[in-house]
Amino acid sequence: MADPASDPSRFDIAVLGAGPAGVGAAVTAAWAGARVLVIDEAPQTGGQVYRALPEGITLAPGVRSLEAAEGARQRAELEASGAQLVTDHRVWMVSEGFRIEALGPQGPAKWQADRLIAATGTHERVVPFPGWTLPGVLGLAATTILMKSQRMAPGRRVLVAGCGPLLAYVAAGLGKIGAQVVGVADLAGPADWARALPRMLARPDLMARGAGWVAQIAARRVPYLPRHHVLRAEPGADDALRVTLARIGRDGRPGPERLIEADALAVGHGLVPGTELTRLLRAAHDWRPERGGWIARRDTEFRTSVPGLYLVGDGGGISGAAAAWHQGRVAGLAAARAAGIGDAQILSDRITLERRALRAAEGFGRAMSAIMAPRAPLYAAIPADTPVCRCEDVTRAEIEAAVAAGATEVNQVKHWTRCGMGPCQGRMCGEAAAEIVAAKQGASRVQAGLWTGRAPLRPVPLADLAGDFDYADIPIPKPAPL
Amino acid sequence: MAKAYLREGKEVHRVPVSFRLNGAQVSGFAGESVAAALGALGLTTLRHAPRSGDARGAFCLMGVCQECLCRIDGARREACRTPLRAGMEVETLG
Repeated sequence: MADPASDPSRFDIAVLGAGPAGVGAAVTAAWAGARVLVIDEAPQTGGQVYRALPEGITLAPGVRSLEAAEGARQRAELEASGAQLVTDHRVWMVSEGFRIEALGPQGPAKWQADRLIAATGTHERVVPFPGWTLPGVLGLAATTILMKSQRMAPGRRVLVAGCGPLLAYVAAGLGKIGAQVVGVADLAGPADWARALPRMLARPDLMARGAGWVAQIAARRVPYLPRHHVLRAEPGADDALRVTLARIGRDGRPGPERLIEADALAVGHGLVPGTELTRLLRAAHDWRPERGGWIARRDTEFRTSVPGLYLVGDGGGISGAAAAWHQGRVAGLAAARAAGIGDAQILSDRITLERRALRAAEGFGRAMSAIMAPRAPLYAAIPADTPVCRCEDVTRAEIEAAVAAGATEVNQVKHWTRCGMGPCQGRMCGEAAAEIVAAKQGASRVQAGLWTGRAPLRPVPLADLAGDFDYADIPIPKPAPL
Repeated sequence: MAKAYLREGKEVHRVPVSFRLNGAQVSGFAGESVAAALGALGLTTLRHAPRSGDARGAFCLMGVCQECLCRIDGARREACRTPLRAGMEVETLG
């Protein structure tokens, strides 16, 4: 057997995801002396928050990137750290031990690591409404990607709707790109933002950035509609969208309707921690709506209930990019120390320092998370014939029919209706489906359950995984004598 | 259905490339995602829903929703995660 120390596919610590949490973990673990591997499916590090412009698109001198300078700084720190970076690889399977299988441009790749730090981030929550499947309707986070990594807007006239800090960021960014923002419909009202304020003050720098976006929107005289929700989107004249909004009253009921025409609707209702990996490895999860939904249980060093598996960043509960970076740094140090790498006392001292920075950043992130927390009345308002599952076209009525027929939790609903069985693997419909299952039974989200984790972690073409496999290559043992 | 995406004109340098879209010669810019290039061409309907037949388009742009799946150079790829290159063959999947 080969010496494990010289095997290029073996690592002390593997980090999945190269957003701020993953990069933070990789640089500190490598600093401690661990052999570290970082894998990301994107061509560049930064995750969604620090997405860079692709190769081939450049800005004129002096033009500021929409991506914060922090992304470039973290990229440089990773490069200098000695951690091995593998981009453009989509991890589709992780089994205990940890065996990691991915698919890259050159085909399948495999690695082994004693410890695994998951930094796989989130995806967007969009609560279904009639017309949410129309072309021209896209996520708020999707719009940030279009802005940051493509310098594009999804249309000339864009309506921005939903909740959370992305509203102001998207509205300000679209204005810079040259699109007209025809309105910002915010689910939250002044009272919600006032509640978030005390914890936001812990990070005046982030507060100032947000205030800058709001000032840019105000300067462009963009109509700001507090406590407004999208009731429906319909195809309008001349290929535009007709979007109907209403102010949500204190009782949760919509008031008089208001119609806005737009070329595109950018809409998002917060972020959902991605639990694919922790569910696949059967870690314990808790229902924490104020942190975004279901999240894997972690201790103060970000260890999950699975030995050797750590979880950092928004995938472990929404707390934002600044907190993700510090969480990653704590976990990287802790994982190295647990592996017996480096000086335990020095590592412990550094962990204490990182924790202090983490506390301030987490306060801000959690205030944002609370603003984006799922709202029950939105789910209650989904009409019966609205598709909840985009992949398989499963409506609310069909999900409720399955519950009426005896399904008590989401996995049964999936088997009976195909809701969540399509290529997005339930990432787009999961939250709404579970809310509907819970509401129909008068049960809690804990009783409604969560989808069993299954491979592949992300869809991959089977032909690519098989590579140039040939049936003739299968060794066939001699049949046993009769 | 729906209007074209808007490219920021000033201050951004892009290199034009031509590629084939459903058999026709079209153009976009090197490195931008195929999904963004199609959006900028005004092709926002990328498929039709299996049961209802309704038009669908790019939605998450981060490789999650699978709404922008296209056949690119003969293989099914997420258009939002595929950088555009000169001479690419892109086909929408109906």
